[in-house]
Amino acid sequence: MNYIIDIFLIALSAAVINNFVLYYFVGICPFIGVSRRVDMAFGMGCAVTFVISIAAFLSWTITTMVLIPGAPLSSFIAGFFVSKEAAATIDLTVLSYIVYIFSISSSVQFVEMYVRKFFPALYKSFGVFLPLITTNCAILFACLTIMSNVAGVENPADAWDLGRSLTLALFGGLGFTIAIVIMSGIREDLDLCDVPEPFKGAAITLVVGGILALAFMGFTGVDSGLRKAITPGGEVAMEISVEQVQTAMIEPNLHQQIRGIND
Amino acid sequence: MADQPTATERFLQGILPENPVYRQLLGLCPTLAVTNGMKPAITMACSVAFVLVCANVVISLLRNLLKPHLRIVIFTLTIATFVTIADRVLAAYLYQMSKTLGPYIPLIIVNCLIICRCEVCASKQGPFVAASDALGQSLGFGLALASIAAVRELLGTGGLFGYQLLPAAWPDWVIMVLPPGAFITLGLLLGLVNWYSARKSGGSI
Repeated sequence: MNYIIDIFLIALSAAVINNFVLYYFVGICPFIGVSRRVDMAFGMGCAVTFVISIAAFLSWTITTMVLIPGAPLSSFIAGFFVSKEAAATIDLTVLSYIVYIFSISSSVQFVEMYVRKFFPALYKSFGVFLPLITTNCAILFACLTIMSNVAGVENPADAWDLGRSLTLALFGGLGFTIAIVIMSGIREDLDLCDVPEPFKGAAITLVVGGILALAFMGFTGVDSGLRKAITPGGEVAMEISVEQVQTAMIEPNLHQQIRGIND
Repeated sequence: MADQPTATERFLQGILPENPVYRQLLGLCPTLAVTNGMKPAITMACSVAFVLVCANVVISLLRNLLKPHLRIVIFTLTIATFVTIADRVLAAYLYQMSKTLGPYIPLIIVNCLIICRCEVCASKQGPFVAASDALGQSLGFGLALASIAAVRELLGTGGLFGYQLLPAAWPDWVIMVLPPGAFITLGLLLGLVNWYSARKSGGSI
């Protein structure tokens, strides 16, 4: 039961509360660049969701099997070359960024080839976006969030499993799609408006994005409130995983810090 | 290579005529995410400068060995190496700051600014030109980050670098240090820069 609630809250948090675009600012380039027409924006959103899920699966597997201290595969290999004690403590997390970016770019390549061969219609609709996705921050951001929840936790029992990681990726991609489709709808109408000359293009898009972010801020705190409502007695035990989700955030920490300096 | 810009031209172009944030709209992810205070903004600018200079020089030295279809992979792997170095150094000497910046330091890897400079300059010109181009671009990036961070921190907390500057009666515009403030500040500053440069070049606005 706790697991289902956890999954539900991760999904809600990734999709609307801490929206990838409007809260974490990842994937801003397509948000500004591609969001001119609703159908193109939707295609981009679908392509990102697709790739982000594959990348999340890969990064979770690699992190758990190879990168974290005492991971099965790396300590098995190290067992051949060095002593068993040294193999148990092997820690490859320093390699994580290189491994992630490599797995993202290779999976994008493979997805592109596979889609082109077997789904030509699909390739036509979002194939043009696929190469761009390699350098989309949202994908790497999802991998890093998964890593910080697998390798960065103090208690090994709190580490995310594959289901949680995939939920984050899938609904993070959904949140990206929601944001970019809303934005493109607004921009289609914005074309008919009389915007001051210096603000045409990116500037007015950013201001509109700010207003959208303001609207999405209305969801803040929904997750902790829901958690309390669903589990009346279980807040204390569950509080850890809320914090886990929050360690991946930057804004609250930074905000607190600025506040702390002020006080 | 007579038609390629020289080192000085590359350096000066980065600061305003081809400013990475205000003109090319590159690297917006860190621009929006870490500019809620001057300290994180300057740390981010320094990390980007380090990665950009190192990656540009390495790519420029490798430029004759690059295969066209593999070059983006080579770029990202080179950048990822230097980002790992920057990340480890920050974690060792500025632990609190590295916690605050969180995932945005590793996200430098996919910062379009660096890949763009590798593609435009480093893969075509020698290491000296590439280094000066990287320095100019990172200076422009740093100035852009500092300008946004100054507006946001001043309005959001009434001070800069944590020192109170505005009178205590100033009501903190907390929204400025939250995500919406980032979008609105950058949008308005972008409009301001566009307006200024159009007026300077004799536009009719």
